Amino acid sequence: MIPEGFEYAAPATLNDALALLSQYGEDAKILAGGHSLIPMMKLRFAAPTHLVDINNIPGLSYIKEEGGYLHIGAMTKEVELEESRIIRDKYHIFTDASKLIADPQVRNFGTIGGNIAHGDAANDHPAVMIALGAEVEITNSTGSRWVSIDEFFYGFYTTAVQQGEILTALRMPALNGKSGTSYHKLERKVGDYATAGVAVAITMNDDGTCKSAGIGLTNVNPLPLRAKRSEEALVGTGLTDEDILCAAQYAAEDCSPNDDLRGSEEFKRDMVKVITKRMIKKAISRT
Amino acid sequence: MHEIKFKVNGVEQTASVEPRLLLVHLIRENLSMTGTHIGCDTTSCGACTVLIDGKSAKACTILAVQANGKDITTVEGLATAEGLHPIQEGFKEAHALQCGFCTPGMMLRAVELLEKNPNPTEEEIRWGISGNLCRCTGYNNIVTAIQYAGAKMRGAELPSTEPEFV
Ligand SMILES: Cc1cc2nc3c(=O)[nH]c(=O)nc-3n(C[C@H](O)[C@H](O)[C@H](O)COP(=O)(O)OP(=O)(O)OC[C@H]3O[C@@H](n4cnc5c(N)ncnc54)[C@H](O)[C@@H]3O)c2cc1C
Ligand code: FES
Ligand code: FES
Repeated sequence: MIPEGFEYAAPATLNDALALLSQYGEDAKILAGGHSLIPMMKLRFAAPTHLVDINNIPGLSYIKEEGGYLHIGAMTKEVELEESRIIRDKYHIFTDASKLIADPQVRNFGTIGGNIAHGDAANDHPAVMIALGAEVEITNSTGSRWVSIDEFFYGFYTTAVQQGEILTALRMPALNGKSGTSYHKLERKVGDYATAGVAVAITMNDDGTCKSAGIGLTNVNPLPLRAKRSEEALVGTGLTDEDILCAAQYAAEDCSPNDDLRGSEEFKRDMVKVITKRMIKKAISRT
Repeated sequence: MHEIKFKVNGVEQTASVEPRLLLVHLIRENLSMTGTHIGCDTTSCGACTVLIDGKSAKACTILAVQANGKDITTVEGLATAEGLHPIQEGFKEAHALQCGFCTPGMMLRAVELLEKNPNPTEEEIRWGISGNLCRCTGYNNIVTAIQYAGAKMRGAELPSTEPEFV
């Protein structure tokens, strides 16, 4: 399968890329890892007139803790997350997620920025970002702004990134010794999108009660979903089995999955409940 | 058209390509190297796997223009004048192929896996080749072949390649 014809440019600076995007207008697309975009172009679900390849722009790929945040550059590849020391030691949620995203060859190319900018509730990183309370840096020719992940997703394939803009970075509050995170998705086979996926981040108080909780759900809602009632059900509690079950029940009630090849709505709600319960326990065990 | 310059198996190449040309077609059609296969054409099977600057990649999902300045290895580049690459020897010794369609991609993926993890466990191998489908062998002998190649490359004792009957 061959994509429709298009023009291609691989600018060497962010400013050049932004200028090209503005010049080409709404039919231009950014090429990052290409592992969502190129398959769609081959199937002709997407037919951009111009591709602006941002792989030659230096400085968009990094993972670092600084000023109380974990900063991740938009062009950081899945494999780099998997292999990063700081991620492996502290941010287990990414290690859990990366292993379940596509396969090793795809992870050699897919970027975290592309995964989020794609605006697909089936992708795994959006829920992870929700759990971690991330912010997204969006850059255009006049400067950059930070957008909360809760205000980032507009609809299917549409996000806060507007024409002429590039998602340049992500940042999330750095975790400390009192935090634990986890992610799991049920998938039918390697490379499949989630039947249901749940991301959890828990921070404890010194007295063993729950200080804060972040819970994001994958592929069980039109938009990546923050399970608000579930989070509220945990904060301030001693995280007993009953508290956890209550949070899991709310998550199952508050999402709205579709009946499809991956399962019925009822089955998916059940899976959300089971996975939420397990991921809360796993996150607690990692605090 | 874009003029691109790249290396395939150590040999400098140039090509004039349309942006929409896929890397797998550049390799198979422009360079007539048909060892790189096309199976699913939808990024699932791994039959088209090549190495780009040492990283395994599904060539059906990369544009040929993206290969500009890159160093590509295909199955044709594995053997040297001295003989087979250890991974090829492993596949031969362990009977790790039947129809052979998945084999080039499987071997190139294994080369990167062993580069990063010279002594992988069975589970690490199975996760490591999870982007490569084989419809014939049932994978067991492929796992043995990769263990064999790893041992050979490390200079360790070679594992038995006798098939297990259960
Ligand atoms: C076989 C297969 C299985 C997969 N399985 C999973 C899975 O289980 N879970 C999962 O989460 N993903 C999965 N994916 C998707 C994969 O992770 C993609 O790589 C990822 O969704 C997109 O990242 P990318 O860098 O490849 O983006 P691209 O494909 O390059 O871009 C995707 C979209 O985002 C836009 N974009 C990219 N980067 C930016 C940016 N910096 N700023 C603004 N816009 C940008 C592009 O214009 C395009 O519209 C799978 C893909 C394949 C091929
Ligand atoms: S042909 Fe490329 S992954 Fe199947
Ligand atoms: S040997 Fe036939 S597909 Fe693997």
